[in-house]
Amino acid sequence: MIGVDEKGFYGKFGGAYIPEMLYPNVEELKENYESILASKEFQDEFRGLLKDYVGRPTPLYFASRLSEKYRAKIYLKREDLCHTGAHKVNNTIGQIILAKKLGKKRIIAETGAGQHGVATATVCALMGMECTVYMGEIDIARQRPNVERMKILGATVVPAVSGSKTLKDATNEAMRAWINNPVDTHYIIGSVVGPHPYPEMVARFQSVISEEIKWQLKEKEGRENPDIVIACVGGGSNAAGAFYHYYNTPEVRLVAAEAAGLGVSSGKSAATTALGSPGILHGSKTILMQTEDGQVVEPHSISAGLDYPGIGPVHAHLFDVGRGEFVAVEDKDAMASGIELSKLEGIIPAIESAHALYALNMIEYSKDDVIVVNLSGRGDKDLETYIKWGNY
Amino acid sequence: MNRIHTLFKEKDSRVLSIYFTAGFPNLDDTVPIMEAIQAGGADIIEIGVPYSDPVADGPTIQDSNKIALDNGMSMKLLFEQLRGFRAKIHLPVVLMGYLNPIMQFGMEAFCQKCKEVGVDGLIVPDLPMQQYLEDYKAMFDQYGIVNTFLISPQTSEKRIREIDEKTDGFIYMVSSHAVTGAKTDISEEQVAYFERVAAMNLKNPRLIGFGISDAKTFTSASRFSNGAIIGSAFIKTIKDSENLSERIQTYLQSVVN
Ligand SMILES: Cc1ncc(COP(=O)(O)O)c(C=O)c1O
Repeated sequence: MIGVDEKGFYGKFGGAYIPEMLYPNVEELKENYESILASKEFQDEFRGLLKDYVGRPTPLYFASRLSEKYRAKIYLKREDLCHTGAHKVNNTIGQIILAKKLGKKRIIAETGAGQHGVATATVCALMGMECTVYMGEIDIARQRPNVERMKILGATVVPAVSGSKTLKDATNEAMRAWINNPVDTHYIIGSVVGPHPYPEMVARFQSVISEEIKWQLKEKEGRENPDIVIACVGGGSNAAGAFYHYYNTPEVRLVAAEAAGLGVSSGKSAATTALGSPGILHGSKTILMQTEDGQVVEPHSISAGLDYPGIGPVHAHLFDVGRGEFVAVEDKDAMASGIELSKLEGIIPAIESAHALYALNMIEYSKDDVIVVNLSGRGDKDLETYIKWGNY
Repeated sequence: MNRIHTLFKEKDSRVLSIYFTAGFPNLDDTVPIMEAIQAGGADIIEIGVPYSDPVADGPTIQDSNKIALDNGMSMKLLFEQLRGFRAKIHLPVVLMGYLNPIMQFGMEAFCQKCKEVGVDGLIVPDLPMQQYLEDYKAMFDQYGIVNTFLISPQTSEKRIREIDEKTDGFIYMVSSHAVTGAKTDISEEQVAYFERVAAMNLKNPRLIGFGISDAKTFTSASRFSNGAIIGSAFIKTIKDSENLSERIQTYLQSVVN
């Protein structure tokens, strides 16, 4: 069985390795989140907003020209059509309602590409809550439009200037901010990472993705289970959402696409399972890229959303027990797949999602297979990267 | 008997613990800094093992961690530097390090090394109590290493009692709900917290850390506890110093007297 146990572990991975100063905050969350999520009041508000505000259900679109090219039945789960342009908002909607129920007044978040920051700033505007987003100084420079979007939405963007000045350091800063403001503040983590209960909680909010795939595929194919689900993995929230209701259906293959950057052995990569080893990162035991001495290694990916040296503990477990197939996609191949989808289907994907698309070239399947690719986001935020890349 | 236990047996007030980061400001400063701390009149030496992602530390200590790593500090090198230090240093020595580098070194190998070189205690801020009890306590006990836990103003009385029961070195009180170096004065709110914990009659001695910088803050903290820990302020003091040893001793004497 794939799932979290009562101590917050997925097999060997997970747990809550946090400084004592964070213990009360995390404990409060752990003690309350399940009953709040189970309440009708929460579910009504969550489901209502997902429908009317986010625009769910997102379509499960049969991509006929892509299918023709790859000789399989390929469906795209259109998370790119969510309000704010990516799946991230499923989680922020859930967490902000939870924060309100816990009586919190302020929200903090970390962001890499800025997608989670925008999704957080958006729901804070929606709920009239104060919002501070921590973002690496380097990411602020390379994701300018999202920085401005957050500001327009009323959020304060604080540059993380420590360490490598990217997502990992933004996460450190957000944790420090939470230590300094433990009572009135809720920290909305943007992926299935962090101390228990975050990984499971975020996965539950994102699990609406596979919940919808099931009934949508039933309508279209007469069956709930595809042969293969493919998703990209930064921290792993869109993948966890797309896999969630298939974890324990072994006939459905789960394919996770990591970012290989300039190549797995180039020294400029974010291929966590290929290069990493077990350790502790941001409060959970997982697989991370590190030196022999246990220092966290700075990753590289052309997509800021995959530029993270770890993966969520559930993915470490899927990898460990062989339930997930992990592939590492290079920058250049992801870019080619992004451009290919644009030309074949009229959809410009986020570069993160383009990694999942390229995985079609790396796995084996047969021509009758039904494959669902989770299209986690749209490419608007990446226009500048596409333009610089050229070749279209 | 562990030096930490001996110390608190002999001295129960104005105990001064000094934190510095191994490998900062220069790679080979470790033992000379320890000697100067001892000569300056402090009671405990706390050596930080540098880490790339020190989430419980503020900007000053983060910077020192980064500089130390850039200088080439590692756990292996630190243990090499510490070999033989007991010929010169009689103060209790505590290592403060994050869990991941220790895990990669191997927890058992780490405890063994600590014992071998003469380290008395550990502070691992991201090692939660439950995990410590289940996975590591027996090992720490076997090697005679004292483990120290942090408490903050948000820590419940129940949890403080649990920590007090399960440990036997000292309790590290975070003086504000803050990462290291974030605040400089002792507020009324903090005083209330110090008094609340003092009234609990814990079996372990208590040191107040985070935000202590000079004679004034050291003395006020000592009124509510058995002493205090100076970290960020010490790092700032040694940051640009030419003559480290002299500078450290002058600083410590100004705090102690
Ligand atoms: C469109 C998109 N996909 C994927 C990711 C990666 O995150 P995760 O692995 O949590 O889904 C991001 C992160 O910013 C994103 O913006």
